[in-house]
Formats: sequence, C-alpha cells, structure tokens
Amino acid sequence: MSYLNDLLFGVYPYIAGTVFLIGSLVRFERDQYTWKAHSSQMLSSRGFRRASNLFHVGVLVIFVGHFFGLLTPPAVFHALGISAGAKQVIAIVIGGIAGVAAFIGLTFLVRRRLTDPRVRANSSTMDIVILLALYAQLTLGLLTIPVSLFHLDGGNMLKLMAWAQNIVTFDGIEAAAVVADQGFIFKLHLLLGMTIFLLFPFSRLVHIWSVPVGYVRRPYQVVRSR
Amino acid sequence: MSHFLDRLSFFTKAQDTFAGGHGLVTGEDRGWENAYRARWQHDKIVRSTHGVNCTGSCSWKIYVKNGLVTWETQQTDYPRTRDDLPNHEPRGCARGASYSWYLYSANRVKYPMMRGRLLSLWREARRGRDPVDAWASIVESPEKSAEYKSKRGLGGFVRSTWDEVNELIAAANAYTIKRYGPDRIFGFSPIPAMSMVSYAAGSRYLSLIGGNCGSFYDWYCDLPPASPMVWGEQTDVPESADWYNSTFLMMWGSNVPQTRTPDAHFMTEVRYKGTKIAVVCPDYSEASKFADIWLHPKQGTDAALAMAMGHVVLREFHLDGKSEYFDRYVRETTDFPYLVRLDRGADGHYVNGRFLRASDLADGAGQANNPEWKTLAFDEASGNLVVPNGSIGFRWGEQGDLVGKWNLEQKEALSGAELRLRLSVNEIRDEVVPVAFPYFGATHHPHFACTTHDAIQVRNVPAKKIRLADGSEALVATVYDLTLAQYGLDRGLGGGNVASSFDDDVPYTPAWQEKITGVPRAQVIAVARQFADNADRTRGKSMIIIGAAMNHWYHMDMNYRGVINLLMMCGCVGQSGGGWAHYVGQEKLRPQTGWTALAFALDWNRPPRHMNSTSFFYVHSSQWRHEKLGMREILSPLADPAQWQGTQIDYNVRSARMGWLPTAPHFDANPLELTRAAAAAGQAPADYVKAQLLAGDVRFSFEDPDNPVNFPRNLFVWRSNLLGSSGKGHEYFLKYLLGTTHGLQGKDLGEEGGEKPLEVEWREAATGKLDLLVTLDFRMSTTCMYSDIVLPTATWYEKNDLNTSDMHPFIHPLSAAVDPAWEARTDWDIFKGIARTFSEVCKGHLGVEKDLVALPTQHDTPSELAMPEVRDWKKGECDLIPGKTAPSLIVVERDYPSTYKKFTSVGPLLDKLGNGGKGIGWNTQHEVEALASLNYTVLEDGVSQGRPRIDSDIDAAEMIMMLAPETNGHVAVKAWAALSKITGRDHTHLALPKEHEKIRYRDIQAQPRKIISSPTWSGLEDEKVSYNAGYTNVHELIPWRTVTGRQQFYQDHPWMLGFGEAMCAYRPPVDMKTVEPMLGKRGNGNPEIVLNFITPHQKWGIHSTYTDNLLMLTLSRGGPIIWISEIDAKKAGIEDNDWIEAFNVNGAIAARAVVSQRVPEGMSMMYHAQEKITNTPGSEITGTRGGIHNSVTRTVLKPTHMIGGYAQQSYGFNYYGTVGANRDEFIIVRKMAKVDWLDDEAAADAAAGH
Repeated sequence: MSYLNDLLFGVYPYIAGTVFLIGSLVRFERDQYTWKAHSSQMLSSRGFRRASNLFHVGVLVIFVGHFFGLLTPPAVFHALGISAGAKQVIAIVIGGIAGVAAFIGLTFLVRRRLTDPRVRANSSTMDIVILLALYAQLTLGLLTIPVSLFHLDGGNMLKLMAWAQNIVTFDGIEAAAVVADQGFIFKLHLLLGMTIFLLFPFSRLVHIWSVPVGYVRRPYQVVRSR
Repeated sequence: MSHFLDRLSFFTKAQDTFAGGHGLVTGEDRGWENAYRARWQHDKIVRSTHGVNCTGSCSWKIYVKNGLVTWETQQTDYPRTRDDLPNHEPRGCARGASYSWYLYSANRVKYPMMRGRLLSLWREARRGRDPVDAWASIVESPEKSAEYKSKRGLGGFVRSTWDEVNELIAAANAYTIKRYGPDRIFGFSPIPAMSMVSYAAGSRYLSLIGGNCGSFYDWYCDLPPASPMVWGEQTDVPESADWYNSTFLMMWGSNVPQTRTPDAHFMTEVRYKGTKIAVVCPDYSEASKFADIWLHPKQGTDAALAMAMGHVVLREFHLDGKSEYFDRYVRETTDFPYLVRLDRGADGHYVNGRFLRASDLADGAGQANNPEWKTLAFDEASGNLVVPNGSIGFRWGEQGDLVGKWNLEQKEALSGAELRLRLSVNEIRDEVVPVAFPYFGATHHPHFACTTHDAIQVRNVPAKKIRLADGSEALVATVYDLTLAQYGLDRGLGGGNVASSFDDDVPYTPAWQEKITGVPRAQVIAVARQFADNADRTRGKSMIIIGAAMNHWYHMDMNYRGVINLLMMCGCVGQSGGGWAHYVGQEKLRPQTGWTALAFALDWNRPPRHMNSTSFFYVHSSQWRHEKLGMREILSPLADPAQWQGTQIDYNVRSARMGWLPTAPHFDANPLELTRAAAAAGQAPADYVKAQLLAGDVRFSFEDPDNPVNFPRNLFVWRSNLLGSSGKGHEYFLKYLLGTTHGLQGKDLGEEGGEKPLEVEWREAATGKLDLLVTLDFRMSTTCMYSDIVLPTATWYEKNDLNTSDMHPFIHPLSAAVDPAWEARTDWDIFKGIARTFSEVCKGHLGVEKDLVALPTQHDTPSELAMPEVRDWKKGECDLIPGKTAPSLIVVERDYPSTYKKFTSVGPLLDKLGNGGKGIGWNTQHEVEALASLNYTVLEDGVSQGRPRIDSDIDAAEMIMMLAPETNGHVAVKAWAALSKITGRDHTHLALPKEHEKIRYRDIQAQPRKIISSPTWSGLEDEKVSYNAGYTNVHELIPWRTVTGRQQFYQDHPWMLGFGEAMCAYRPPVDMKTVEPMLGKRGNGNPEIVLNFITPHQKWGIHSTYTDNLLMLTLSRGGPIIWISEIDAKKAGIEDNDWIEAFNVNGAIAARAVVSQRVPEGMSMMYHAQEKITNTPGSEITGTRGGIHNSVTRTVLKPTHMIGGYAQQSYGFNYYGTVGANRDEFIIVRKMAKVDWLDDEAAADAAAGH
C-alpha cells in the first residue's frame, strides 16, 4: 500500500508537473494557432457573461488561495500572529465563498456546453473532459469543507501544506508519507488536481499562461519592427 | 527560433516609442504572418466562366492550390473596345464569385448513381441475358417497371459504375429504337451558348441515333414570338456597351442591376452623360431606384401602356408631322407603306385582310417567281402601284435579272426605278370606309380592370380602289392607315371610336389606359413625348431594355409588339444607341453555324430531329387532359366561332399535320418499320407514308398521346434542371410522365367534364410514360432526384468549352482548372462513352437502318413559302404534298454500330454539301482540310477512316471555331459573299479587314477575343459602332426576313387575323380557372387570399448558382420564399417570415413569406428555380414535400405560335413555336397551421427496409 501511496503522491506529482511544463512549452512552440481560450460566447451568449465571470473570479480566488495557502511556510504566518486554526478558518470562509461562486458559474457552463446544440457541436472531447474534470474537482474541494469543520485545529491542513512544500522541495517520499493517512476526499482532490495539471497542455487551459496582463498598461498602438 | 525563448527577452527589449508614448515598436516575431500570406498563395490561375444561361459570360480567374480549386476572382484583361467607351471589366457578381463552393460541396454528384430498385432489377435481369433483352424484360413487365418508376423522387440512390450505367443506357436506347423507333428518345438541354461543346456532346449522340433534341428558348418563354413576327429574327439585341450610346433609356420590366449585374455599369455610367432613365415596372425593383421617372402599371397590362404611348407618338410625331426623320425611317424600313386589302365583313363593315400580293393582280404584276410572296405599295412620284425590292418572294428561286433584288434599296424590282413609297392612301383615296377592329379591353377578368367599350370598334379608314386579276375591284389601305385607326387616332375622316384629344376615353389614349394600368395619363404623355423627341433629335438613340417578365404572359406578343411598335415609329431599331434590347438568357450562340454541324451531326446526316419542347411537354405530361382555357375565349370578336373549333391541342395537331410544327414522336409507328414496309410494298417511303396518312392507318403521335406506342420512352437531361426549374406544370410531369408521387389537385376533363379535343383520341390516362430518365449534373438537383440514373459531370472549372453572350462581343472559354473530381467526367466524355457502349450493345439488334424523318417547313429555307393560304389536307382542302402541305418525309440512313466512329470524327457531308445557316450557304472544304491537319485524322478502319478527329472537348471546340464565320475570317468573307449574291449588294467589306484572323481555343484561353462580323447576325463588330440589332438591315440594306422584307407592324396570316392580332392590341391576361375549385374548400383555419403569381429572376441564385448554394442562401432566408405586399399580408394575417402555402388546382408550394413594401397589392413573387431540396417542409394540401414554383403553374399554348410555312412565321428550332407562358396564373395564399418536415415518415420507411 505504501508503494501505491508513494507512486500517487510522491512520484505522480512530478510526472504531472513535467508533462504540464514541457507539454505547455511544446504546444506553445509547435501549435501557436491552438494557443487560445477558444471562447464560444459568439455561438450562444444568453446568461453566459454572468456565469463565466462567476466561475472565473471564483476559480482565480481559489487558485491564489491554494497557491499561497499551501506554499507559505507555517513559520511565516505564525510570525504574522495567525494560528494554524485561524488560517484554516480564513481558508474555509474565503475558499467556501469563492468555491460556491465558481460552482454556480460552472454548473451553468457545464449545462450549456452539454445541451446547447451549437456549443456542443463546436466542442472537442477534451473541451468536455476538462470542463467535467474542473467541475468534479470543484465539487470535491467543496466537500472537504464539512469534513474540515470537524477538526478546526489546522493540523490536517498543516499536513497538506507539508505535502505541497515537500513536493516543491523535491522530497517526494516524505511528501507521500505526510498525506498517507489523509481522508479519502482529500486524496481524491489531490489526485484530480494533479491530473488537471497533466491534462493542462492538451486542453484550452493553456490560455491561463497567456493572461494578457500587459494589456492594461500597453500603449494604444503596438507595431512590430521589420 | 523558438516562440518561447524569443519571449524571454526582458533584459534586451529594445523598444521605440512614438506618438508621444502612445505608440510602441516591438521586436516580436513576425513568422505568423506567413500563414496569412500562404492563404492567398496559389499554384496556378486558369481562365474560365460560368456556363449557366446567365448573360454575364464573365471572364474569371480560377485559382488552384494543391490540386484543388480554392476561389475565383474577376479577370480584368478584356481587350478595350473603343476609346470612347468605358471598359467592360470587371465583370462578375456575387453569384459567380461563390461558384467554387459547388466543387467540393456535399451536394456534388460524385459517382454514377442509380435508384437501388432499378439497379437490383437490372442486375437480376442481366444475368444470362444480353443487355437489350435484359432491358426488355424489365420495361415489358408492368410490375417491374412500376416498381422503380413509382419511387422516382423518393431517394434510394446507390453507387454504380460507369461501365454498368453506360450499358444500361445503351441497352435502353437500342431497345427503344428497335421496338418503338428512334424518335421515342428525347434529349433536353438548354442554351448552347453557355457551354457549346457540352451541349453538342449530347445532341450529337442523339442526332446520330435519330433521337429528338428539344428546344428550350421557347419552352423557357424567353423567346419573344414578337421578334420572329416583326423581324423574322429569333432574337437579336444590342450589346450592353451600346446602352452607353443611348441618350434615352427605358428599362421596361427588366431589373438590370439585379439580373444583368456585370453590365449594369454601362447604364449607370451613361447617366453621367445626361441620359434619362425611365423605368416601367410594377414593383419597386432595384432598377426602379435608378429611374428619373418610375411608371408602375398593374402587372400584365404593359401593352395598354405601350399602346397609349404609341398613340401619343403617332399623333404628335407622325400625324401632325413633327419628324422628318421618323417619316423617312418608317417609309423605308417598315411595312407602313405596304397595302392591305379591306374585305367586306358582316354588318356592312370592312375588315382588314391580307397584304395585297403581286399574285392578286393581272399577270402577277409581272412577277413570274413567287408572285404570292411579293407585296405592293404606291409610289408617291409616279402614283403607280409598284412591287418594290426586298419582299420575301425575291429571296428564293429568282432567275436572271431578278436575282439580287432581295434588298432594301428603294427601287421598283422590275424596272429598277427609284421609289418613294406612299405612307397613306388618304391623299389619293377613293373613299372612306368603316373598318371593324377587335377590341379585347372589355373582356371581363376577375382580377384585372376592363373598360366598357364595344368589343368591335368601327373606325373610318381611307381606301383606294384597285383592280384585281379576276377583274373585280378591291379596296386597299396602307398599314400606316390601319395602324392610325387601330391606335384610335382621329384623322378628320369622321366616324366614331377615335380620339382627337389625349383625354378622350377611347381605346388607346393615355386617358383610356389609366383605368387599366393605373398610371397617370400625364406621365404616359410626358414619357412618350420625351422618348420620341429624343429619338427624333438623335436619329434613333432611344432604347428600351426589356426582360423576359412581360414575355411570360399569355399575350406576350401584345406586350412586346406594343413596345417594338413604339421603337419602329421612332426610328430606333438598327440605330446605334437605340432599339429593342431584350435580355433573357444566354441566347446568343455567336459561332452558331460552326456549332450546328458538330451539335446536330450535320457532317454525317441531315436533317436532325428537332422538337419544340412546349408542345412536347404539354402533350406528354398530359396537361391537355386538364385544359380549361378555351380557344374561343381568345378568338377575335370578328371571327366566326364556327370556323374556329377545338382546343389547344387540336390546333397543335392541325399545325403539325400541315407541316408547321414538328411532332415527337412523329407517327404512331416506328419510322424504321415504315421504311421497311415501304420497301416491302415497293414504294418510295414518302409515298408510302403519304398513302398511309391519307388512309388514316398512320397517325401523328399527338392525335393519340395516351397510346403506349406514342410515349416518349427515354429522356436525357443535361445542363438543365428541367424538373426543378423550367417544367411548367411540375405536378403534371410527376404524375403522367414519371408516374410517381405528385401534388396535382385537379381532375381531368374525363372526370370533370369540359371541352374535349376534337382531333385527339380520349383514352384512359397513361402514367409513367418514361422508361428511363438520365440526368447529367454536378449537383444533386431536383431533376436528379427524380431521375433513374444520375451521371456525375464536370463543373465549369473542370472542362474545356466555349461560351458567348448577347451582352458583349467576346468569345470565352471554359477551362479545366483541375480534372473532374471524384468519378465525374465532362459531358463530352460521358456521351462519347455512351456512344461507344451503344455501338457495341446494339449489334445483333440494329444494323444499318433506314429512318424516316418528318421535317416541318422551315424558316430561312425555300419551304418558308410553303403555305400562302391555310389548307388542311385532312379536311380535303388540298392534296397532301410533303414539304408543302405536310411535313417533308426524308429518309436518313443510320449505321448504328458505327455511332461511336461517327461521333468522334468530322463526317463527309460538310465537304459535299458545305455549311451555312439562316438561308446562306457556303463551301467549307478548306476548313475541313484545316481541321484534318489541326486535329489529325482517324487511322482506324471504318466509316471514319481518314476523316478529321474529334476526340477531346478541345478538338470539338476547334471544329466549331474553324467552321464559324465569327471565329474564322475566311469563312466570314465567304458568308458575306454568299449573302451578297442574294441581296445584289457587296457586303464583303464588313469582314475583309479581318479575313486572315482565326481564333483558336488557346487564343481565348489567353484573352477573351472579339468575334468577327457575320451575316448570320444583324449587327456589326466594328471600330465605329457597338453591336446593335438590325444595324445591317438599316445600314447595309439587307432585308428583314419577313413577308415584306421590312419590319412589320402588320401580320396578315389568317390565324393572326382570326385571333385578332394582325395589329398590336391590348389583351388582358387570360383566366386560367385554377383558383375557384380550391378556394375555401380545404381550409386550415387561416384566412385565404388570391394573388397573381409572378416568377422573376432571383437575387440569391439567378441562373448562375441555382438555389442550393449555402453561401448565397445565407444572404437570404435560407430556403424557398414568396414575396407578398404588406396590404395582402395584413388581410391574411401573415407576418414576415411566416410559413405560408400557395396553391391551386395545379399543386401547392410551402415557403416563407417575405412581406415587403416592394410588392404591389394583388401580386406575389416567387423567384424561380428555388429548389425543393433545401429547407422545404411538406405541404398541408398535398401531403408531399413543398413543391417548386412550377407546382402551381401549367403550360398553355397559343395557336398563333403554331403558324408555319409562312415566311417569318415558319418553324425554326428555338425560333418559332409555342412558348411556355405562366404569368396569368393565380394562387391561393394562406398561413400554414402546421409545419411538417416529413422527417418521421422517411425514417419509418427506411426502418421498414425500403
């Protein structure tokens, strides 16, 4: 059992991460024309804007929350005077609100993608797979909240943080050991999360790499030299 | 190198800013731009055009990339014509620009297809049987033939192979020839000018085996019978560039910007020179918005408007003597001065009769040859009654000094004395007599206004007495005198029914027409006055552009003659910038005489079998069985109804037996058997058949159309959408000809009663007459859907061919930019393949056979003088003389096993008999030799050994261009010289400067070439003038090919007199009686309204792209539409885009409503040729899918179009004959209650294994 645990939580993260990075790079180099969000707003716009904004804002908050929540060393927030328990409550509240927002938006988007004939006809298999994967991942994430309410001391959270921090510091075996006794939902959430990274370069998620942040500050006219 | 690494340039980013920091220059990679460059890169450009009966004939660049046609753009390399004319280019429109869609569309026919049921029957029958016997075993079994015939149009196509379909077709043809006769095989392909070689492929095959080629110009109702009547010319018109020479343009029922898109620029450009534009059109068309003045008469009443305008012109510019130019023009080039006899009628009145002829006078007025065909006039100076040059009697059979008198020199024929013909006998009159004129404007019609004037209008006419050959005295008046009376002009001769003021309510005044047309009289007077005044000052530069619209009414001759009269009165015809500009389809086959030899295999045997399609389809689709329009309804009130008995088909039967119109099949006997029986009887075939006809043992097929021996058995359709477009009476076709599911609602005369024909045997109705329907097309058209076999043909970008138009003087190629896709083949290769298989399959069944062709009297041949008087041999009024009182009976030898060899080589008759057309012949030995060295000769044994080859479509194109005067200067000079002999005037100067020019196929691929002037046309290709019809008549003094040799206001054939059309009159539309039996009887809960049904050319699929091109459909409503007015829509509770149904006893159509201010109340418009294959639901009335525009129409015939053997009124293929009028039709329109797409039923059928 520990072998499987090591494989899934100690090795698989590196496989997923490698595919994510190298895959993105290769696609960016070879298939520039596929590097796009592939919006279907033109095909069916009714209620789309609201749902899409709910989803995107929610998911961005969750992404930022996970990024800092998992990777910030405990010493840092302890130094700021935030206890593990308090951090967990903050995570539950902010994550919960953002999660529900994203869930509402995504529910609409999934329904739209599957039932609107024009959108459906223009969807690739991967479009549907990645959308359902996100939907499942979001649902799992939300399901962790009631479980977490039973242990508000932040101990479990610290273990998950340790896992993430061990992964990014290339200590896979230790990372796997830390989450060995995590609950089923948490493990599934981790696995699906890594799988989404794995699928990332093959899906429309690559548009995340190209968020046009610079657009906000660029001059009106941009021309290229000869 | 790497998109990613290139972006990692945070430390080296060298950026310039500009515009005060608002702009930024970056060094980003620009490699992506290559994708957009490659998008427009291509491997080659090939010149082609769209062969589609669109007068555009535009030169296009076809782009090929990776072996596929990718797009097309307009060519811009036309030769400049003249320095004072705008360029022709760019030519083209959105329809043409979207054509390449078809090549790789889902609708492309990719393989030879056959209906599954027929294929299984065939494969089963073929086992152990010879192909001909196999076919016999299928069609001779009523069950087997019903099995595949009843599924026509219901899908079920499967792939076959070329070998298999060729064998089946060849077997069917051979069986039909053997069992019933070659004249039971019929081919329909329209408009050779759109792809001459492709047309010729099928017609050459049919002509070699003895099949019939059906006409199209008359069937489409694009042929204006008024043109043959007035000019003896099928149609000849100015090129569009000549609009630019005009100073007063009328667009009368022609929607130039929409339907003549590439030419419209000449019209808009000439407005900058100050030319006035007047538009006459009932709806607010695109043309109307270019108008300086827009007249919108009620649809179908144009003749009333034209007559009123004529009234104004005659009053102000002729009678009151305003124009010297007009006076001279009508005296010298029209029949105005010619004398017409005034006969005693009932009630002490006189009636206008026939032209006075030399034969009426003592000693034939000194004319020994054809005195009955030489007309007379008074000379003003001498006062003598004279026979001037140029009447049709001088055209044929003259000897000695009288050769060369067929011209328009103002001379007396015998003495050569100079003449000035007297326009009116008023100044030398002996008396003034009351003459009765028929008036039709009082005829009641449920939907058109009528007036209360008497049906017989008696008016005073000046008359002169002359002494006839028998010593009696007769009264004569000139055509001018009669015309003034007909137009209701008061000349101070007393009597009633004439007007001295435009405000008098007397027929043909501007005031009179207000009630009928709704156009204010002031507008009529103003336009007529300006039109004439302009023509007077510019020597005829007033022009009327006219479309087919007005020609599609039953009384189209009146609409057209009204307009033509106006032009003749104003001296416009034959003058640069003036005249009659009738544009319909691509009727101008410029290298015609080069083409006919190829197309009708005149190099191997003559004559070919030609048939006028209108009568053919009317008879064989059994529309006559439902005929409700009685001929007495349209008879002149002056005619004695007892003398004019019978229905439409009766007149057609009489016409055919008198040798006026052709019949197909000819007789109720196999012509191969007739010659055999004649041989057995030891008689000449013609004598034998004559005796049989007289005895009644052999009858014309039209006398018994429901007898199985008279069915047309095999039908080839190529380059055409007969059943989706031109088939007037669509549902009748489906029921009777095809024997399949149909939407016909009416009952025939047998069930319902009514006037039955007198000359035709009434039997139980036959259905499913056709054994085999083969269609060649590149797209799955409606016709293909109903065919037994569909052959995939090359598109216009996949074959080599020729294309010309009346709109410009250039000859164009179609070129193979790519090979035909999938298993498609060019039309040339398809018929060549069928000919090859046929030559094998027929062996053992057919050898060298003697065929008997019944040829009607023909225009432009001596037989056009066959019948100076109407005599019916069947009634014992004369002897049956083939070629004179009956069709010629000519034996043609057919070597069936050599069909392929003949098909692929130039035959010897060209060397022996020469070539020619339109009454001119020339030796063409030299050209045949040149072809032999160009195309090489046949080496294989057989009939064709040593003859020039015609293997490929390019070889065929070279044959056309080598033989035609328009593309070979030597031939042009020979042709003009041949005409010079008949006219006695030297015309060769018109071609001598271009004598050594020869246009070859590769030349026109390099650049469109302007053709060489030829005597088979009446205009010139010249450095000084644009092409204008009648130009050589007016300026070279070549007679029009009419009785008088002049343009004729007057038509004196007894049938013209009988039907009251000796002179132009207003005749209201006829009552088709198709609405009453259905109105309110099949309610669906929604209100019903009755509307006139008009089918104009369309915007989103004019000829050029049909109506299944998704690119074009996207611009419209995506499926069938009918335009109705806002007022009518309100009445019927219809909103824009509602699904509506249009129906009458003929059938029903489901379509969407376009509710528009454009349309006047009481009228609906359905652009023709909207396919029922795209977005068409089922009809509530018929329960079958949709219907097409012709589902609610049917064919009606007019007896005056059946006249023959009478100079200009003689039969010619596509020249004269019955025409398929359809605009007098009314429909019931209502909103649909339930839109049923009929999808379930089809699915259930499929599940049941069908």
